[in-house]
Amino acid sequence: MATTYAVSAGGVANAVRLANKKLGEKQVPLMGILAAFVFATQMLNFPVAGGTSGHLIGAALVAILLGPWVAVLVMSCVLIAQSLIFQDGGLLALGANIFNMGIIAGFGAYYLYRLTGSLLGDNRRAKVVSGFIAAWGSVFLASIACAIELAVSGVLPIGVVLPAMAGVHALIGIGEGLITVAVLSLVLATRADLLKLQRI
Amino acid sequence: MNKKGWLIALLLCLAVATVSPLASSSPDGLERVAEDEGFIALAQEAPFVVIADYIFPGIENEAVATILAGWVGTVTLFGIVYGIARLIKSKKRTLAG
Repeated sequence: MATTYAVSAGGVANAVRLANKKLGEKQVPLMGILAAFVFATQMLNFPVAGGTSGHLIGAALVAILLGPWVAVLVMSCVLIAQSLIFQDGGLLALGANIFNMGIIAGFGAYYLYRLTGSLLGDNRRAKVVSGFIAAWGSVFLASIACAIELAVSGVLPIGVVLPAMAGVHALIGIGEGLITVAVLSLVLATRADLLKLQRI
Repeated sequence: MNKKGWLIALLLCLAVATVSPLASSSPDGLERVAEDEGFIALAQEAPFVVIADYIFPGIENEAVATILAGWVGTVTLFGIVYGIARLIKSKKRTLAG
């Protein structure tokens, strides 16, 4: 737990440093809107199989539009507000939550998006397919990170917690992919210039 | 920059928060695993309460209380992150100059 707090604090500090160097005029309002969207959409749990629900993480969308370090910043703000104002997520788990849903999901999505983008090309369909893969992957990777943390903390053996977490989040990731692609399509249709911003 | 466009985007976010009472109340992925594997009890109560469980306090109708909590959070997050981003950006000039 202390480890994830330390890594997350370092990650946020570096995100602030890089944003200070590179943040442009156009990114500022978009960051605010994305934080508002991530918060609102995280409230919308959608049903997945077997009496279980899932909700958006949102780091993939932020990372695709503004880059992984901005995703770390935006997700940290959302997670801190959720734990302080809404008693959701927890104060003790905040470090792990920022690590999993900010750093792992943000960087995972960003590099998956770039990798699939370089394989599929630069057209609209490629962006949508890459967005889906990146968003699904971000949830899957974050759930694996969470499972490893639970195992290291001695809550459950890795052989039990890893398949359970990865299995249910492989389904939830489909929802993340669909929402991310829907928003990306909306942005492409109305403000395609926002996909050309420098990513931080 | 087009302020009207950002306002429309923020209204879209508020619209998302408005349908939040329709959200599934089933446990989410982590809660499901925590219940199935018996470690949900490890969670501790929050040391203080502001708008717990996304229910705005003092309102009888739960759907209305949820929508209000959603609006408060959505506007707050926009304000906080917009403010932080503006602050980080404006510090650049003072640091460089």
